[in-house]
Amino acid sequence: MISVQNVHKSFGDLEVLKGVSLDVEKGEVVSIIGGSGSGKSTLLYCINAIEPINSGKILVDGVDVHAKETNKDKLRQKLGMVFQQWNSFPHMTVLENAALAPRIVKKMSKEEAIEIAKKELEHVGLGDKLDVYPTKMSGGQQQRLAIARALAMKPDYMLLDEVTSALDPELVGEVLDTLRLLAEEGMTMICVTHEMGFARDVSDRVAYFHQGVIAEIGEARQVITDPQNPLTQKFLSKVR
Amino acid sequence: MNSLFTPLSWSDSGLILTGVWNTVIISVVAIVVGTVLGLIIGFARSESNKMVNALFGSVLDVLRSVPLIIQLILFSTFVGAMGSPLAPFVAGSIVLSLYTMAFMSEVFRSGFESVSPSMQIAARSLGMTKWQTIYHIRLPIGLRAVFPSWLGVSLSVIKDSALVSVIGYMELLRTSEQLISRTQQPLEILIGVGIFYFIISYPLSHYGRYVERKMAI
Repeated sequence: MISVQNVHKSFGDLEVLKGVSLDVEKGEVVSIIGGSGSGKSTLLYCINAIEPINSGKILVDGVDVHAKETNKDKLRQKLGMVFQQWNSFPHMTVLENAALAPRIVKKMSKEEAIEIAKKELEHVGLGDKLDVYPTKMSGGQQQRLAIARALAMKPDYMLLDEVTSALDPELVGEVLDTLRLLAEEGMTMICVTHEMGFARDVSDRVAYFHQGVIAEIGEARQVITDPQNPLTQKFLSKVR
Repeated sequence: MNSLFTPLSWSDSGLILTGVWNTVIISVVAIVVGTVLGLIIGFARSESNKMVNALFGSVLDVLRSVPLIIQLILFSTFVGAMGSPLAPFVAGSIVLSLYTMAFMSEVFRSGFESVSPSMQIAARSLGMTKWQTIYHIRLPIGLRAVFPSWLGVSLSVIKDSALVSVIGYMELLRTSEQLISRTQQPLEILIGVGIFYFIISYPLSHYGRYVERKMAI
């Protein structure tokens, strides 16, 4: 379980998280929606210990993410993360991209790592691209590679930071389909997203972020189709 | 028939080959040492704070801005005056290597800085440590990006090595000068030397372009 407890986070004078609390149970899919600058991506970075926090606490399976004694490299193995920019490693083939971390981080044998990487690449529909260099692929394919690369570490949680925002519209579908598949398989996910349809259909709960706080959180369909908070109503009427 | 001057003959080829060999060897030393040191300094500069950087930078600026020929003469005169003159090869290697290092460090720094922070964050998010990220991501991507510049610096070092002749190192230019003073055939000899530099440099730059295309990312 991921437990975010009253987290505050500032960049210089700008406070981007103003006391955020959120519990995500194993197997749950939570989507975070909200305007740009509302702090939703920052929250993911804080959960993954990429960004430090100013106060509050984040626990992943009971481990305090930001405690000094926490091995953050070890912790990140549990938390797969996919970004808006897919960041494929351009000097490696698709297969090598996905096999690298299992091999060097988990110290698997080369054969083992390749086997897992292959499986995850087939999982996201890239089984026929193993020896291709990622720069020769479309953004949607590269983003699916990024998902497979994260999955190859066998994470317990996936953090998805606007993974379709940088994609051409016609490529969004294939990536969302992949995420839908993961959700059906029971992967625990926190998705920062602008895809309201995806948030409504795939997630269990939706949280609406407004100026660094969660303005509304509830059952996905209810928040998207029948929001209670006027701020959420206003936001949703604008993005629709 | 005894003349003060004797024309170029096949018996001079030994001397010429010595010159060729000496040019190659001092170039290789300078490129290898300069690359290794440049890699370390380039990495340190891309990692370190402004203070350290400014300090490093000013030393490197001096090495890059003062003409090599002046550095060579200054250095060999200075160590000579200190009472323990170095062999021309040693003095030349030191100066040429440091000179190369100054250029290489900038080349590598720009390479390391070309790898976006988000790429590194992506690597770290997979559980890679800082050093694994450097070794598996930053180094290979950065080095590929700067390979053409590295080759360019290396080629100019080969040509610059001719300047080491001023401190008495018997490289190609110096041997040819000796031959010229004996044979009085400057045209033939200098054209020959020019062709030699071309023969070394051209295939290298050609090969470089081929490698560049192959590594294109």
